[in-house]
Amino acid sequence: MARYILIRFLWMIPTFLGITLISFLIIHMAPGDPAELMAGGGLGAGSGVGLSTENRAAVDQAVVQWREQFGLDRPLHEQYFVWLGHLFTLEFGESFKDHQPVWNKMAERLPITILLNVLSILLIYLVAIPLGIYSATHPYTAMDRLTTVGAFILFSLPTFWVAILAIVFLGGGDFLAVFPPGGLHATAYSESWPWLRRAADLGLHLFLPVLIMSYGGFAELSRFMRGSLLEVLTQNYILTARAKGLTERVVIYKHALRNSLVPMVTILAGILPALIGGSVIIETIFSIPGIGQLGFQAVLARDYPVIMAVFTMGAFVTLVSILLSDFLLTLVDPRISFGRRSAS
Amino acid sequence: MTARVSPARDLWNRLRHSGTALSAMFLLVPLVFCALFADLIANDRPYTMTHQGERYFPAFRGMLVDVGISQWPSGVAGMDFSRVPPEAAVWPPIPYRPSGVDLMDPLAPPSGSHWLGTDNLGRDIMAGMVHGARISLTIGIVAVGLATVIGVILGAVAGYFGGTTDLLINRLFEMMMAIPTFFLIITVSAFVKEPSLFYIMAVIGLTGWVGIARFTRNEFIKTRAVEYVTAAEALGASPARIMFLHILPNAMNPIIVSVVFGIAGAILVESGLSFLGIGVPADVVTWGSILNEARGNTFAWWLAVFPGCAIFMTVLAYNLLGEAMRDALDPKLRGRMKSG
Repeated sequence: MARYILIRFLWMIPTFLGITLISFLIIHMAPGDPAELMAGGGLGAGSGVGLSTENRAAVDQAVVQWREQFGLDRPLHEQYFVWLGHLFTLEFGESFKDHQPVWNKMAERLPITILLNVLSILLIYLVAIPLGIYSATHPYTAMDRLTTVGAFILFSLPTFWVAILAIVFLGGGDFLAVFPPGGLHATAYSESWPWLRRAADLGLHLFLPVLIMSYGGFAELSRFMRGSLLEVLTQNYILTARAKGLTERVVIYKHALRNSLVPMVTILAGILPALIGGSVIIETIFSIPGIGQLGFQAVLARDYPVIMAVFTMGAFVTLVSILLSDFLLTLVDPRISFGRRSAS
Repeated sequence: MTARVSPARDLWNRLRHSGTALSAMFLLVPLVFCALFADLIANDRPYTMTHQGERYFPAFRGMLVDVGISQWPSGVAGMDFSRVPPEAAVWPPIPYRPSGVDLMDPLAPPSGSHWLGTDNLGRDIMAGMVHGARISLTIGIVAVGLATVIGVILGAVAGYFGGTTDLLINRLFEMMMAIPTFFLIITVSAFVKEPSLFYIMAVIGLTGWVGIARFTRNEFIKTRAVEYVTAAEALGASPARIMFLHILPNAMNPIIVSVVFGIAGAILVESGLSFLGIGVPADVVTWGSILNEARGNTFAWWLAVFPGCAIFMTVLAYNLLGEAMRDALDPKLRGRMKSG
């Protein structure tokens, strides 16, 4: 077992380096020059249109200096190795924008994104499992059909649309003001509030983002749960359990449920990348200062080191979650042993 | 009883009797209609008009001029059609084009003259919705077409050759799965100097092939050992011939299903991008770009409600179609249709 995990882990290293290399090449070879943007007077003035020749020369010089300062004048492969060096010291270099170490910026925002994602994974499983069990134990009834249709609709609803509708109609515009339109804290927020009030304030601000991030997931996973449980229920050992005269309750919750949860564990690795991608949109719409918003702002400002850090972080989390879900699988299902199988 | 039916015919028969497929069609037909005839439904050029005793067909002629195979007749060249007296012309139901700016009438709520209101530049939302259907469907189909070509080739090579080739291509799959794809698409689209819908299609296509490739690989692994493949090999057929003429036609089912779901996904990604204001040229109106304007004008509910509704309906239609095809192509469910 330990050997298997180790082999898997070792295989992840080339994959991980490959991802960083691909991301690095895409970012650095894409058109658009951060030096022009940064040295040419920041956003907007970057194109240098309408500058007199004198100013133009000054800007050009600033651009050259700026490139040298951040090592962008060196060959691409050298730049990549420099970046790798920064990776091993976990610094990720300096932000182009304000010379802050990228790691500091990430560390500030990481807890918020983690909180958002953990809450939504919890919500997804808390809704999907009972709903799936209900549908599977009452198949082809009116309620089952209704949840099928409901799940389908939720699954097809674009999150950014729901988010905008929520802000327009509930976020205190011209319509209802049930929820704050964005941010993490009320304007009057202060650290001196009692913790209960601070928690309530945070909850009120996170309610819409978490719900909107999650509904697609629980729609999909409840169908998954239903299919999985339905399949288990057709197996012979369930027939045996029923023939023994066990109550339906024991058959389902003690015998069938355990095995039907196995695929629910593996799918965790599948929904994580989607959640991370979703945080970009949700955090941007609700102005939540998390990694997704940081990444989006970095893209607009062509802040390469920050963009690379977000890519690396996302890829790392996904790879670890793939490994974790394999590991969990062996815990949930003792029949599965990866030890004898070759790593693939 | 044992009359042979071609697979395509068989699929059609199954879909015809499926409620899911019918509801998908119910949503898709108007969309495709809008996409095909957008220029005739919403256009600021009249169908027909008389000007100085001559009869013109500006809406039709305009379509030819736009693709560069015709020129305006000298009588109406450079003419402002909105000045044509109403009795002299027959107009399309929506007499606006999506990019027609009217600064006198910005952010107008829905009314008789603008059915779904206008945006902050006075552009008609209904016209934008109709023409947006064309953009969304095109991007979905072209992007997924590209993804399908890449996915099928990589999946076929991995599944057919196996061994080291398979191992290496699988590493590539793993990388693509672990890269935050949506963030990658945002990055590349934002970096492009001159935004164009073409880049968006290319980027979505180049990043969206992993699912299709994995399905193809699995099918090829299953089929590789079947007798007819061995027979073809014994006859000396080239690997490419075996892969694409012998195995692929038998491996189509799961590929088709993932292509249909892929279109839904691509349309979501595209509208998400233009919602974030990335990658779409400023003068092109898409469903996502209209929705984007709702962010800054939260009182203008019509900017939020209608385009989102269109995106939702389109995505729902493709998801329903994919679901119906999955059921129709699933051998486990065969024969169940007759009893039901």
